Amino acid sequence: MSDVSPRTVLWKNLWTDNPIFVQILGICSTLAVTNNLANTLIMTVAVIFVTGLTNVTVSVMKSLIPRKVRMIVQTLIIAFYVILVDIVLRAYLPEISKALGPYVGLIITNCIIMGRAEAFAQANPPAIALWDGLTSGAGYMGVLVIVAVIRELLGSGSLLGFRIFGQNFIPWTIMVMPPSAFFLLGGLIWVAKTIMLRKEAE
Amino acid sequence: MAPEIHPFVILFASVFTGNILLTNFLGMCSFISISKDMKSANGLGLAVTVVLTITSAANWVVLEYVLIPYNLVVYRYIVFIVVIAATVQMLEMIIDRVSPALYMSLGIFLPLITVNCAILGVALFMQIREYNFWQTIAFGFGSGLGWWLAIMALAAIQKKVSRAPVPSGLQGPGITLITIGFMALAFVGFSGMLNVQ
Repeated sequence: MSDVSPRTVLWKNLWTDNPIFVQILGICSTLAVTNNLANTLIMTVAVIFVTGLTNVTVSVMKSLIPRKVRMIVQTLIIAFYVILVDIVLRAYLPEISKALGPYVGLIITNCIIMGRAEAFAQANPPAIALWDGLTSGAGYMGVLVIVAVIRELLGSGSLLGFRIFGQNFIPWTIMVMPPSAFFLLGGLIWVAKTIMLRKEAE
Repeated sequence: MAPEIHPFVILFASVFTGNILLTNFLGMCSFISISKDMKSANGLGLAVTVVLTITSAANWVVLEYVLIPYNLVVYRYIVFIVVIAATVQMLEMIIDRVSPALYMSLGIFLPLITVNCAILGVALFMQIREYNFWQTIAFGFGSGLGWWLAIMALAAIQKKVSRAPVPSGLQGPGITLITIGFMALAFVGFSGMLNVQ
């Protein structure tokens, strides 16, 4: 087992092992809502919550779960937390819940959560597992928030619903359509990887 | 709410205009990792199509006859996942028994599919849009075909890209995502034909 001090875990999950840049995991459920910053924030906070608590639960129960059925048990744990998120959203933020539609439920199949549970929580104590879940959720959030800021700013000239550009701004229609999400994410990965490669060379 | 749309229209729409991968971003994880060679892309595409058609029908039946009458719709996530996992498991056993040759080409992809977001996504869309039985089957089958088409196209493009001079920072996932972006752009061209939500 490699070094698992809180600091290295944080650094790893935010940058050197970022779930999106390096592992390309879990973009399915959230990329679709990145044309709106508010929805993206809610979705990524939900992912952080689910990843953190799933990691704790899996870590606490790791000796109780038989190895053969651990995948389905992990899925059920994740589904339990996602249902909590769904109920809370529907009670307190009904409009956002409607706008997010099926994507809240799709957090269940977000590979990051299962990936962290398998790779980290299985082998580590609960406290550091919680930290790992929260930080990898945060690394995921960071990238998607960048995508969302660019898409909402250029696609509708606003941020969180407030107009940023004046009346003369012509919105870039492409930015609210799906292809732009792929281009932006590809571009971000390019930038991040180039910086990493340069660091390695030094 | 979609009681009046003909299933055939839904089938067509889910293959082209509302491609589950290119417009809803579902099923990306296995998509990016498998799309490197045509043969496994084909196998995975076939498996996804078969599983999507069967699970969407199974989930519709469960939703309509168990979850709604007993007021358990809140638990649909868990129920859908269990139905999907059980269907995939059964399918794996049946294929293994009936045709070992098919199992060799299809079977290895089946466990991957349980965690494919496209499968759960189709079940959830089906519930939100309130499709009836035939609409659900058309939607499941069409989404599978659309996914298959997209992964085959991407695998073919990747073959060309592998010989192109790509900047070192962009190699791997970066160029794959940008390629998918261009494919999505091409599919946006279809959306003028019909619009089904």
